[in-house]
Amino acid sequence: MLDLLAGFVTELRNAGLPVSLTENLDAMEAVQHIPIEDRDAFKYALGATMVKNNAHWRAFETVFEVYFSMRGPEYNIADGDTDLDEMWREMQEQMRQGDNRGAQGGSMDQLTPEELAQMLMSALMNGDQAMMRALARQAVQRFAGMEPGRPVGGTYYLYRTLRNLDLDGMLDKLMEKSREEVGGELTPLEERLEHDEYNDRIEQFKKEIEAEIRRRLVADRGAEAMAKTLRKPLPEDVEFMHASRDEMQNLKKALQPLTRKLAARLARKRRHGRKGPLDFRNTVRHSLSYGGVPAEPKFKYPRPAKPELMVIADISGSVAAFARFTLMLVYAIQGQFSKVRSFVFIDGIDEVTDYFRGEEDIANAIHRVNTEADVVWVDGHSDYGHAFEVFWERYGKDVGPKTTVLLLGDARNNYHASQAWVIKEIRQKARHVYWLNPEPKSYWNTGDSIVGDYGTHTDGVYECRNLRQLEGFVEKLA
Amino acid sequence: MAHRFESVAQVRQGLKDVNYLADDGIAGVAYLADRLGKPVLVEGPAGTGKTQLAKSIAEITGSRLIRLQCYEGLDESKALYEWNYKKQLLRIQADKNSDSWSDVHDDIFSDEFLLTRPLLEAISAPDPVVLLIDEVDRVEVETEALLLEILSEYQVSIPELGTITAKQIPMVFLTSNNTRELSEALKRRCLYLHVDYPSMDREKEIVLARVPEVSDNLADQIARIVRSIRQLDLKKAPSVSETIDWARTLVLLGIESIDAQQAKETLHILLKYQTDIAKAAKELSVDK
Repeated sequence: MLDLLAGFVTELRNAGLPVSLTENLDAMEAVQHIPIEDRDAFKYALGATMVKNNAHWRAFETVFEVYFSMRGPEYNIADGDTDLDEMWREMQEQMRQGDNRGAQGGSMDQLTPEELAQMLMSALMNGDQAMMRALARQAVQRFAGMEPGRPVGGTYYLYRTLRNLDLDGMLDKLMEKSREEVGGELTPLEERLEHDEYNDRIEQFKKEIEAEIRRRLVADRGAEAMAKTLRKPLPEDVEFMHASRDEMQNLKKALQPLTRKLAARLARKRRHGRKGPLDFRNTVRHSLSYGGVPAEPKFKYPRPAKPELMVIADISGSVAAFARFTLMLVYAIQGQFSKVRSFVFIDGIDEVTDYFRGEEDIANAIHRVNTEADVVWVDGHSDYGHAFEVFWERYGKDVGPKTTVLLLGDARNNYHASQAWVIKEIRQKARHVYWLNPEPKSYWNTGDSIVGDYGTHTDGVYECRNLRQLEGFVEKLA
Repeated sequence: MAHRFESVAQVRQGLKDVNYLADDGIAGVAYLADRLGKPVLVEGPAGTGKTQLAKSIAEITGSRLIRLQCYEGLDESKALYEWNYKKQLLRIQADKNSDSWSDVHDDIFSDEFLLTRPLLEAISAPDPVVLLIDEVDRVEVETEALLLEILSEYQVSIPELGTITAKQIPMVFLTSNNTRELSEALKRRCLYLHVDYPSMDREKEIVLARVPEVSDNLADQIARIVRSIRQLDLKKAPSVSETIDWARTLVLLGIESIDAQQAKETLHILLKYQTDIAKAAKELSVDK
């Protein structure tokens, strides 16, 4: 048990969760009060002692699944022995039990795919948990084609299983069925609710399948190896440029609390500035109440000027996601700036400040930026040089000594002229010029990236690959 | 020391009896907090019953609830203790000539002249108490340090008096709305509990428990609609308390089953932003 927990903690740390020694000791103490058979309680006990940030919960859950997936009430195997044969036998047995619970009498192995689909449908229809679990097991066994020792990832098996089950089609069928049951058309509201309900159940079913596949893989390969393949970066460490769609969703969710925190922190920083020099006028005025003796000195509170911000963002192809996040972040904390203006470009440049004005929903504004802004000049391939030139021509006069200019992009210029003189001019007029690059530092100035050419004229080029780096930079800025 | 709870199931049942429906996580952590004698840091979106949890635990254990509401500028004279200066002055003036200096000195720094504030009160209470430190994320990082001694050792050091150690270990709940990252030192001393929006079934039970007049059918509908709304990308998702308000409203209006029109007319109870309301109405296609 102790060994298992030690391995578990090591894996958590490998996955990036900061588990301190005291937290580890707490966990050891906690599990003495909770029977390991009660898997959920056990999980929460470990979670409460070791995971102190909700964003890390998912990572924790994954590792937990891998290390303790064999330890639920249904998988009671003596001491977590990972002997392969025994494991398989156990599973077969489980299978048979599952069948009996399925109330269908006969063995599931003999069912035709059609019958299986039929059973799945009725299980989903009624939300029958036990049945769904049994079916997930059956589906994995039948469709995934898992072979011990085969070096493929879990996603491959998942794909194979899901392809055979056709869950999207299942959703339509379920909707049809419920329509039939009511006898006639559903109102839009009812339809929506039913749809969400079935969607939820299907998602649950998918999770069952995933868990089942994971269980089998762990049995095959052992927990350490499995945990390694499942290791995923925490939301704040996900790279903008390589985020998958799911990760993007998570990033978006992570962004909101982050901006709230950032805004609160910045406001606090501004308010709690040190006391300034003596305020002579105010002191004399207050001295009147002491008969002209300046008994109570008054000080000026420094009020640092809020910077004016100009964001110039490349929104072509791969860096678009990065620009989007930066714009969202900047606008979410725009109270910290006296004025924010934003420009987007690919090879042409357009001002998009108005899209954000009077729009409560930032996501909406970003959508409008992507669809309405006039950013293509010739062929829609990034041309930093031309975009900067036009910017200087049209908006150059608005850059003043209070302005901080923020340039976002990877500076991959498709071998066009760099026109780096524009940046030099801007820097002479503006307070600061910063460049944020979403590419890893080692890629800079390779191929058609000319970030170095521009970088020499800025106050700094920053690598901004994930939320953590972006947050750090914005805090420095305001 | 005697424990308050026998098992996780008992915590859960107890909470249920006072109309607080806990899930496995909540009950489990509350049980552990008692067993390990550790404070619980409760985090989560607004209106998911964080404060209520502390109140309910106090209710089932029959303890007194001592509450410290945190705000910016909170200091030790408001959180821990303060000397009663006026009374001390009076004491000195009352017998100017009789006492020697050392007698007076010892006397004015005694229990009698100490004003206890919530934290000290929780520690020195002879009866069982539940200490609730509400919205701990509102105090500055430096003020957090005030809490550390009390959270890990259950004691308060007063320079003039010495250390006051707890007579019994109180149950401590800290709540946070997550507006800033709490310090590692604080987090390390606590068990962490994240209270999220409840699952659909739990929400339905909550509605049934909190609004007894509601019919089973209506509660089911409410829970389902709220779940659908929470899946949308909103500025502020409806909280549990707003769900309960909505259920109450529907009951008052005498509605037995919600149709599109009624849902649209009462959406403003669930959602507080105009854009959110418009979006939800559109998504649920109730404005067609």
